[in-house]
Amino acid sequence: MKPPPFAYCRPASVAEALSLAAEAGEDAKFIAGGQSLMPLLALRMSRPSHLIDINRLPGLADLRQGSDGLHVGALVRHAALERCDRLSGPWRALREAAALIGHYPIRLRGTFGGSTAHADPSAELPVVATAMNATFIARSSQGDREIPASDFFAGPLMTVLEPAELLIGARFPAPAPRTRSVFEEFSPRAGDFAFASTAVTLTTHDDGRVRSARIALGGVGAVPVRAGEAENVLQGEHLTDGAVREAARRAAAGCDPSHDAHAGAAYRRELIATLVERALARLREEP
Amino acid sequence: MTYADHRADHHSGPQTRDSWLEPDDRAQFDLVVNDQPVHVRAPARCTLADALRQQGLIGTRLGCEQGSCGACTVLLDGQPIRSCLTLAVQAEGCTLETVEQAPPSRELHALRRAFHQHGALQCGFCTSGFLMLAVGLLRDEPDATPERVREVLSANLCRCTGGVPILRAVLAAQQELTGGDR
Repeated sequence: MKPPPFAYCRPASVAEALSLAAEAGEDAKFIAGGQSLMPLLALRMSRPSHLIDINRLPGLADLRQGSDGLHVGALVRHAALERCDRLSGPWRALREAAALIGHYPIRLRGTFGGSTAHADPSAELPVVATAMNATFIARSSQGDREIPASDFFAGPLMTVLEPAELLIGARFPAPAPRTRSVFEEFSPRAGDFAFASTAVTLTTHDDGRVRSARIALGGVGAVPVRAGEAENVLQGEHLTDGAVREAARRAAAGCDPSHDAHAGAAYRRELIATLVERALARLREEP
Repeated sequence: MTYADHRADHHSGPQTRDSWLEPDDRAQFDLVVNDQPVHVRAPARCTLADALRQQGLIGTRLGCEQGSCGACTVLLDGQPIRSCLTLAVQAEGCTLETVEQAPPSRELHALRRAFHQHGALQCGFCTSGFLMLAVGLLRDEPDATPERVREVLSANLCRCTGGVPILRAVLAAQQELTGGDR
């Protein structure tokens, strides 16, 4: 189908975008790359009264690493993350996840802010943001509001962003030394929505024992969830086959996936066990 | 350290629209399509795919209209995009390439011949989308591995060929374009 009617504007600055959003009211939406919103419009699942086009706003496409961590601007394209070979070590999960989003033309246009604000339960970047303990930065006429990833996602396609707030980016905190991360997902075909996914960040002691682990799961709840029991069981352990399998088992046992026409709950739980095991095995075997 | 943001700001157009274009209004704006200036008059909700077809550029196909099939792939400022997932007005001031490009770019020329030689089409509905997707890839990543080409081609759907002849054709065109040194 064709998108429903809406009013449209393309402001020149973030400030102007915010005042237009305030003027337009709660049924207005921001559009950037449009790779999530346009299908919703075509399917008439979303009927915004106004669209505020932020796709060309300057200053929101920064991908910047500093002593306080990594800043990812809302307009950073998935392809830019995917191609940034400096996103290795502690940031690797971000790059691996970006490479698995939709298809190549979608990744060239889709944005970090768009995907996270859209908050699809099967989306990759929300899972990475959860594992990496990112903080989202929302701007309104009242100033900036910082929202931890653990509070940001409110349900399927829902976040705690207010109508007149614009997500301008996220800050990923600087990792402890000896931290690495990976991302794993399963989808029936390349580019399909994932049935289940996991992002794991792991910090080790000098002798290889786990100092801390953060394991986030996607596709098994309304929002990304942490596998707390699996994280705890790894604490102080070497990543032996036994420890890896036990963590995978606990991650699967601790999540409560729903089932739909594509995959049942038991199947998704098995996928989680497999994906967490794969992720941890890679963290053990890959430098 | 600031990472160079590879063409994320590829939209060159300086144009902004700082007052509301109302739902019933028609926006008037210019695009450059295949090196020709094109004046578009369309409401905000008109997709780029529809705007192109209304200009008579019906080589760009409309398949699913929801971003699944890739039949409407065109190049926007050099990058392959799904033109059903972009509003026409969002492309204001941008440069577009479609399958109608004449004379064709060297990539499009090589790909067309390779599609013909390798039987990479039957009904032809998906062909223009695949051609533009492959043009974008081979221009941006001339040395893409066969695995990478296959991965990128998975973006578009073909119900006739099974996809393998398309992969073969794109790899053959790539070999021709890179002087056969792969």
